Amino acid sequence: MDILKDKVALITGCNRGIGKEILYRFAQEGAVVYSVARVEGSLDKSAKELSEKFGSKIIPLYFDVRETDKAKDALINIKKQSGRLDILVNNAGVMKDALIGMIDKPLMKDIFDVNVFAVINMIQLAYKLMSRQKSGSIINLSSIVGIEGNAGQMVYSASKGAVAALTKTSAKELAPLNIRVNAIAPGMIDTDMFRSIGEEKVEEHLSNIKIGRLGTPTDIANAAVFLGSDLSSYITGQILGVDGEALV
Amino acid sequence: MTNLEKYNKTFTETLGISEDELQGLEYQGISQWDSVGHMGLVSAIEDEFDIMMDTDDIIDFSSYEKGKEILKKYDVEL
Ligand SMILES: NC(=O)c1ccc[n+]([C@@H]2O[C@H](COP(=O)([O-])OP(=O)(O)OC[C@H]3O[C@@H](n4cnc5c(N)ncnc54)[C@H](OP(=O)(O)O)[C@@H]3O)[C@@H](O)[C@H]2O)c1
Repeated sequence: MDILKDKVALITGCNRGIGKEILYRFAQEGAVVYSVARVEGSLDKSAKELSEKFGSKIIPLYFDVRETDKAKDALINIKKQSGRLDILVNNAGVMKDALIGMIDKPLMKDIFDVNVFAVINMIQLAYKLMSRQKSGSIINLSSIVGIEGNAGQMVYSASKGAVAALTKTSAKELAPLNIRVNAIAPGMIDTDMFRSIGEEKVEEHLSNIKIGRLGTPTDIANAAVFLGSDLSSYITGQILGVDGEALV
Repeated sequence: MTNLEKYNKTFTETLGISEDELQGLEYQGISQWDSVGHMGLVSAIEDEFDIMMDTDDIIDFSSYEKGKEILKKYDVEL
């Protein structure tokens, strides 16, 4: 299994959940991965283990995606070290729930800073490398609730709806440069983020998934491998639902 | 080649104009320096001087002369 062999990828939010699994699958498929986490040193061990296990190169980078200067330094670093960037996965995200009437400005800012503004910034930075090489695949993490909406998640769902919209727009703008932009819209995936809604709600949601189980981070990572690879070379501007036919 | 010669070359090659058109040249002053031409020019300058310009500077880069000022921030003396 080597469908990402020698492709240079940058993935945000690699220390846990879906991002951790995307990192694993990309390493398994032979990619050179610049893996981002916030806490300094937190990826050193796993990067070394994955490099040894799959013989691929994993380079940890540490920054908060809201820090535009650090994100820029990271891209300069990638340009110097690898000279190219084939795949960007904008995975880092935050989810905070609040009912209408209880949504304050700091909540809106917290969510949009990470889920939307940082994503736009990363795309602008990746564009600098990808436009020169005239190729690239950008994968954004949207959500089923960004398309369908969900009670209690006005801000989060709006941020993920924004991700779907910015994916479609950047796909249109960047297609002439052979840069593809797609989003994955996960349903209910078994990670810390999803579990944070509480056990009772998890059970309730489970009964609304027609395929009869929660999604796994691997389900999402496999979609990311496909969208990052040349197997999807004619696919752009798509929001790929990976949700086991879930209802929200 | 001096830095100034390199800077001029990015304009003449990217926008397809001659050196004597550079003084006083402004963004959107000629059809080639439209928003698409602008991004091409920025890429050429970044490649020539091995820098990565900030978005604010890309937006501020409104003329041939302004570009020189902006490059100083990136330690490129013309
Ligand atoms: N799980 C689901 O059911 C589901 C459904 C739809 C969409 N999604 C989307 O899928 C993506 C991954 O979700 P997940 O379930 O894996 O979430 P998770 O388990 O909560 O992990 C979120 C990841 O994002 C990172 N992150 C958050 N804020 C950051 C920041 N400011 N700078 C850098 N990294 C930051 C976290 O790092 P720290 O450890 O440092 O916080 C963590 O690695 C998110 O965009 C999410 O919205 C998830």
